[in-house]
Amino acid sequence: MEKKAIRVAYGESLVRLGAENSSVVVLDADLAEATMTKGFKQAYPERFFDCGIAEANMVDMAAGMSTMGLIPFCSTFAVFAGRSYDQIRNGVCYPGFNVKFGFSHAGITLGEDGGSHQAIEDLALMRVLPNMTVFAPSDANECWMCVKAASEINGPVYIRTSRLPSPVYDPDPHFQVGKGRVLMDGSDCVIMTCGIMLEHCLNAVEILKGQGKNPALLVFHTLKPFDDELALAYAQKCSNVFTVEEHSVIGGLGDTVAPVLCGKGSFVFRKIGIQDVFGQSGKPADLLREYHLNGEEIARTVLESMRG
Amino acid sequence: MSKGHAAPGLYGTLCERGFFTRDHFDHFRQLHGILQGHPDIKKCPGVDASTGSLGQGISIAVGMALAAKHLGNGVKVYTMIGDGESDEGLVWEASMAAAHYHLDNLTVIFDHNGMQIDGTNDQVMSLGDAQAKFTAFGYDVVEVMDGNDMQQVLDAFHTPVCPGKPRLIHLHTLKGKGVSFMEGQVAWHGKAPNDELTAQALRDLEG
Ligand SMILES: Cc1ncc(C[n+]2csc(CCOP(=O)(O)OP(=O)(O)O)c2C)c(N)n1
Ligand SMILES: [Mg+2]
Repeated sequence: MEKKAIRVAYGESLVRLGAENSSVVVLDADLAEATMTKGFKQAYPERFFDCGIAEANMVDMAAGMSTMGLIPFCSTFAVFAGRSYDQIRNGVCYPGFNVKFGFSHAGITLGEDGGSHQAIEDLALMRVLPNMTVFAPSDANECWMCVKAASEINGPVYIRTSRLPSPVYDPDPHFQVGKGRVLMDGSDCVIMTCGIMLEHCLNAVEILKGQGKNPALLVFHTLKPFDDELALAYAQKCSNVFTVEEHSVIGGLGDTVAPVLCGKGSFVFRKIGIQDVFGQSGKPADLLREYHLNGEEIARTVLESMRG
Repeated sequence: MSKGHAAPGLYGTLCERGFFTRDHFDHFRQLHGILQGHPDIKKCPGVDASTGSLGQGISIAVGMALAAKHLGNGVKVYTMIGDGESDEGLVWEASMAAAHYHLDNLTVIFDHNGMQIDGTNDQVMSLGDAQAKFTAFGYDVVEVMDGNDMQQVLDAFHTPVCPGKPRLIHLHTLKGKGVSFMEGQVAWHGKAPNDELTAQALRDLEG
């Protein structure tokens, strides 16, 4: 299967969008080589602005640019969402400015650079801000659709991208902001995921099927606004509910789903993700195993927890 | 080490100083290793600050120097910052505080190699006259014309401290010095050489 890093798809998406929309400008903080905005920089040098290693200033510069009708896309590593958070909150979200954040290298699969660079909190930070739309595309195709959709939303949008190459699936013909996608129907348990964990959930599903289970698999490219309806329907259908994310179990996908289920029935519910610890250096595959996020580990957690 | 990505250099020094044994290098940047991609105070002996998020190390150093003054314990604090790192407002906020609190027990080493990741300082974000800026922020600046010459660097450390002022040692350096194919090459900022190039690099450094 073809593999492509979502950050690479993000870079290509910006070039494509730049051709369609001359108001799109891109800002980066000395990481264009890594966030992949370098493609846009080459294609439209007059619409690319390097801000140096000054993320906070980048975000408020983008805020200012948006007031003149431009559509700025800011990029850096997801972990530096923290460095520029007041600017994202008060500079962009509070006034509701039309600024986009395409932040890359999210999660532990960033790998060897280690815990100081592995964002496990960005979704939580972004979800909690009023006016913000939050995307976590699961492959290259979805990334393009999120970037395109972001340009059409008049307001702040966060797009989480990853460093590691991941499989490219068939595009969703029904892509819609705020809607989840049923990748596999099932009856006795449901796995809900986002981002590049999709690959590992698909592996887990194969293992579970081999054990006689009939899992459903849902993928959510939009964490906010969230598809409550779909999540609830499948929870009620399958009653064993698992969320899988490359993010802290605090404030991410799991905590998006939890309140949806609250008071709506009796479920087994487990949040599979980073269990309130920082990451560390290592090869991505080693880290996924260590933090119980590869296919085998996900399947093991599901089997251990399932009831009925 | 405020420019935490220079961890390998720091680790080599700490190892020579006996903080840990050489075998740890076999697990550099690997799962459960003490030598993380960026210095980690909780994992590696001898590391004084967990850095990697640029700009923070110098602020932490200012806090340490301020505490040392407050406690009167005679501790001197040294921190190394990059020129790209100096794009961060935090570097200048820290510098302002260092001068405000008269931290003459603080030495900031400014590694001026003219390069960062996406290009030269001037391509990415020009620092202008960096030395004039640091001077204006209240440092006693000691300039080292060849920051890759250890004797010149040591001489700078031995210049007398100017009472009441933080000191900044301005090193003019060449990135990748001594390795023919890396010298002055932006592309080698954070890349590991393959076996063949590693052998070449070792030959260059020994030769
Ligand atoms: C806050 C922050 N933003 C971005 C990065 C990513 N990054 C790591 S090294 C680097 C370039 C640093 O340039 P410089 O300080 O000049 O270091 P040197 O040339 O001495 O290696 C960047 C942008 C980071 N580590 N921290
Ligand atoms: Mg530099």
